[in-house]
Amino acid sequence: MPPLGSHMEYGTVVDWKVKPGDAVKRGDVVALVETEKGVIEVEIFEDGVIASIQVQPGKKVPVGTPLATLRANGATVEAPQDAKPAPPPVETPPLKKPEPPPVHVVQPMVAPSVAGRTRVSPLARKRAEELGVDLATVTGTGEGGSITAADVEGAVGGKAPARPGGPVVEIHDEKIDPQAAMRKVIAAAMARSKREIPHYYLSATIDMSRALDWLAAENAARPVTKRLLYSALLIRAVALAAREVPEMNGFWIDGAFKAGEGIHVGVAISLRRGGLVNPAIHDVDKKSLEELMEKMLDLVNRARTGHLRSSEISDGTITVTNLGEQGVGSVFGVIYPPQVALVGFGKISESPWAANGMLGVKRIIVATLSADHRVSDGHRGGRFLIAIDRLLQEPGKL
Amino acid sequence: MTESDIKQVVREALSNVAPEVDLETIDPAKDLRDQIDVDSVDFLNFVIGLHKALGVEIPDADMAKLATLNGCVSYLVAKTGKSS
Repeated sequence: MPPLGSHMEYGTVVDWKVKPGDAVKRGDVVALVETEKGVIEVEIFEDGVIASIQVQPGKKVPVGTPLATLRANGATVEAPQDAKPAPPPVETPPLKKPEPPPVHVVQPMVAPSVAGRTRVSPLARKRAEELGVDLATVTGTGEGGSITAADVEGAVGGKAPARPGGPVVEIHDEKIDPQAAMRKVIAAAMARSKREIPHYYLSATIDMSRALDWLAAENAARPVTKRLLYSALLIRAVALAAREVPEMNGFWIDGAFKAGEGIHVGVAISLRRGGLVNPAIHDVDKKSLEELMEKMLDLVNRARTGHLRSSEISDGTITVTNLGEQGVGSVFGVIYPPQVALVGFGKISESPWAANGMLGVKRIIVATLSADHRVSDGHRGGRFLIAIDRLLQEPGKL
Repeated sequence: MTESDIKQVVREALSNVAPEVDLETIDPAKDLRDQIDVDSVDFLNFVIGLHKALGVEIPDADMAKLATLNGCVSYLVAKTGKSS
């Protein structure tokens, strides 16, 4: 079971896309795995033939559990869980996590009682056993009349009125509110980031006139399916700037900076019902603007419908968050561990602009950098933002 | 296509990018982006959806005409030419 994002502890295989005897090559999607971040398509990182499936659909297993075995070149090897050359490791937070596995922490959604059968949560049932309380005598005050642990504790010793009729049914399939589960994962990652990463922040105001004029001219000649959005220009500029200032691109692992092997830009995408994912576009420095646009649209679609791939979830080497759409001027974000930098962009707005002793109005954007001070200093961070600015002044070269 | 066919196409394309939105609550005369949470990627996907459903090209200069539901419908009715 691969780590599909920091703080993932367990995953459940939902569906296998291959069976023993199938030949697979690197990059093939072999299984669908459900995590708190939604369903992710897991890719395999080696060529070979599936030898056996170890974990059946529906089973929830800890990260690191072998899911299948793979025969490569005659030998049997375990299907690699994280065989990428420089994988972000499964995070073990420095402080012991006090909370139990996510399944039991979030509020279960309890369906209303069905035809006289009263529901009881496993925790309530356990308390009832511990306290010697007969569940038939407990009145439920939970959702839909279900019996909660508090109800059981309240019934100890006293003569509670008999609950009207019907057998007591244990809820085995507590449905976890996916929003709450995702929130927990984001909360853990962000708390860890602020706890461990000494952030510093810089901002630069960038004149976008040239970029936007260039874009308008390009788009006038392009059919709608090939249209470019300015966010593609921003992401390209970030990737090319990362070539010039490599301390912005990579990971902090085991007390040291490890440079990313490629420039894989994570794009912060807000999900329609709340929540945030940060899938990466691989090798942005090697893609054309058109390829980048195609990838961006595809990624946003798949993020929203829950079809992201494991390599997209774990491979980001730097992240861009573009809050311009929401209309805020600038965003100083929180770095996604184990990355070491986050670039933020606010909205494009017309602003007074002084140049050569004269005052005019320009369409500007505020670019910000949140960076890890263990890896870089303000001077290097400044060079990075200046590079982004310079690159956006020559949009034709992006 | 009739105007009502086109309205249906527009509603479907919008539902594809914003599936949780109740289309009945949208004021067709007001800017879509003020009423529902759609960013530029969503909006581009919406316009591409219209293009694919109706086979019409939508020049960049015309994008502003698609800001409201009413705007979309009148623009597309004109573009598809005939109404039966």
